[in-house]
Amino acid sequence: MTNEVTTEILATHVLDLAKAGKRLDGRGLDELRPVRITPGYVTSADGSALVELGDTKVLCGVKLEPGTPFPDTPNAGVLTTNAEIVPLSSPEYEPGPPSIQSIELSRVVDRAIRAAEAIDLAKLCVTPGEKCWTCFVDLHVLDDSGNLTDAALLAAMSALKNAKLPGERFEIGPTVPLEVNHLPIETTFVRIGDALIVDPTCEEEDTCQGRLTIATDEAGNVVAMQKSMVGAFSPHDVIELVDRALVHGDRLRELINTTK
Amino acid sequence: MGSVGAKDVPELLDAHGKRIDGRGLHDLRPLKIEAGVLQRATGSAFVEWGENKVMAAVYGPREVHPRHMQQNTKAVVQCRYNMASFSVDERKRPGLDRRSQEISKVIGEALESVLFVEEFPKTSIGIYIEVLQANAGTRCAGLVAASVALADAGIPMSDLVPAVAVGKIAGKLALDLRKEEDNYGESDVPMALVPRSGRLVLLQMEGHMTRDELKTAMDMGVKGCEKIYEIQKAALRNRYSLGGNGGGEAQ
Amino acid sequence: MKERTIVLPGEELNAGEFQPGPGTYRADGRIYASVAGILSIRAPIVRVIPFSGPYIPQHGDVVIAVVKIIGPTYWLVDVGAPHYAPLHYSGTPWKIEYGECGEYLRPGDAIVVRIEAVDQNQRIGVTMNGDGLGRINGGIIEQISPTKVPRVIGKSGSMIRLLETSTGARMTVGQNGRVWIDGSQSSIYQVRQALQIIDREGQRSGLTDRIKLFLEQSHSA
Repeated sequence: MTNEVTTEILATHVLDLAKAGKRLDGRGLDELRPVRITPGYVTSADGSALVELGDTKVLCGVKLEPGTPFPDTPNAGVLTTNAEIVPLSSPEYEPGPPSIQSIELSRVVDRAIRAAEAIDLAKLCVTPGEKCWTCFVDLHVLDDSGNLTDAALLAAMSALKNAKLPGERFEIGPTVPLEVNHLPIETTFVRIGDALIVDPTCEEEDTCQGRLTIATDEAGNVVAMQKSMVGAFSPHDVIELVDRALVHGDRLRELINTTK
Repeated sequence: MGSVGAKDVPELLDAHGKRIDGRGLHDLRPLKIEAGVLQRATGSAFVEWGENKVMAAVYGPREVHPRHMQQNTKAVVQCRYNMASFSVDERKRPGLDRRSQEISKVIGEALESVLFVEEFPKTSIGIYIEVLQANAGTRCAGLVAASVALADAGIPMSDLVPAVAVGKIAGKLALDLRKEEDNYGESDVPMALVPRSGRLVLLQMEGHMTRDELKTAMDMGVKGCEKIYEIQKAALRNRYSLGGNGGGEAQ
Repeated sequence: MKERTIVLPGEELNAGEFQPGPGTYRADGRIYASVAGILSIRAPIVRVIPFSGPYIPQHGDVVIAVVKIIGPTYWLVDVGAPHYAPLHYSGTPWKIEYGECGEYLRPGDAIVVRIEAVDQNQRIGVTMNGDGLGRINGGIIEQISPTKVPRVIGKSGSMIRLLETSTGARMTVGQNGRVWIDGSQSSIYQVRQALQIIDREGQRSGLTDRIKLFLEQSHSA
């Protein structure tokens, strides 16, 4: 249970460290925590993955079920992303409807998957206007030790990559692997004073002056962004962070592609 | 309980008295328990039991929310049993349905029976159970995990609490039902035991059993619980003797 | 049953002739463990030293608190117990006018205080008047399990001395498991790493040697 108590002196110490190019846990400013991906963690899902990013743990389960296309997109299947920050994940949980944090988390992950066109929704259409596949991407946050977003998208993409379209179970054709066409990766940075650090822990998120998430694809495009928390970034900062996000993105794409 | 006599009822017991996964009537599924698996929780445990995967975390004693739940003479035990949407074959809508709320209540009460709650007046002890993958017996798996998580959190308690279900399949009593046995069997009796006192703190029943069968079922359940108790203790011992994360395991 | 064995909740301690102390309970004339920990017998009392557990405030404890709320004549401070504790302005070295508490201590400020009173409901009062008490400036506060505090202090303060002399940092160990570490960035980092080892492995024997080895290795690194 070792961790820091949030105080003014913690914020000052984190700031002083950042000025010297250092961090609380000894990492470099552009260094990720160790990443571990366990694909196929849950056999009751059509696709799944557990991602551990340092102490942060996010489990994703993908379910594919027959549904009806939206009236305005009769030729496309439906993608739904949902994140639950469940009470076992941190002492900050408050009972009630889904927290604003979990809504933001699911939307930012969803946006990256959609914008990168990771899944070709047209291929999830069975009968135009009548029948399609609904792809549920459900994220379960088990331990919130900072930077849920990056862990959540990693889990979602790993889970989609090992998902099977259960045609036989629903008598809609054969059971085949779900096609994943693109692999978006999100990289999140926070500002601590003038330093821009990657993959923040919860102590760094608590004391930061702004957070920026950048999603990139394998072609080097930026496909989604989210600036959140109180604080600001200059356009110059953003471009620097995009360059860094592309490097981390390529490394993590390699990791997903090689993890079996 | 399932539709007895419906189409495609699997053969739950073969000619040699073996169950569909090869077990005998008195055998548990493989059970693995690991204590101290989450960084942010006060105490935690992970249970892999057959094809069940269940995580439990404990927070507190801490301030009570909402405030009106506070009790002047003891801690309030707030238990939440939740199933991940992808933990079952057909996707479950996120959030607590009536079944989950009922299970949360009986698990919370079962565990409160062994907690020295009077040592922490005006506080709450949060017990959170997440079913990640379900294959019958998740309330027992959740209770087993939560009990180890409470000990890991250092909350004083009179005993660890093992739990298991006994059911009736093809006319015979069987320990620790798996999904097909639960769906197509004749009855199901989940129970949780306080080994030191020999008393049951969780007991539910659904289906048909004679009085004598129920007596035998409880005997079988108590024996099963005693085995599970040893695995719970091994998980805690491993955690502390090795210094790092520890696990208990049995076949 | 032998000293220093690991016991678990519900385990009988075979110590009927002793009195049940912390971490134990009596039932049917026998004594059992109520927490996971190490058995300790100091006649006439048998107790279990827990591996983990909440901070239970005791009269006279020196603890590290964080200011949470400002009142007209007091502050509410978090000492790591379930409820905030009031610090009345008479419990500070300052002459404060009514309503001016916020000019002296702000939410997020860390302070060293002593537990003055504990009532039956574990409501507590704290004071900042006394040697070594007061506001904390600089450094960092690390939270470890309150049950590991005796190991961080060591025999007559030996562990604190070891950590301080080999890193150059200064430490104040609160009974609530909060440790204030001040010094250079690298010394703070070293002490935090060492505290994490103690928090994780504090129940094992040979802890001092383990910490000495860690400090030597981190010096040569």
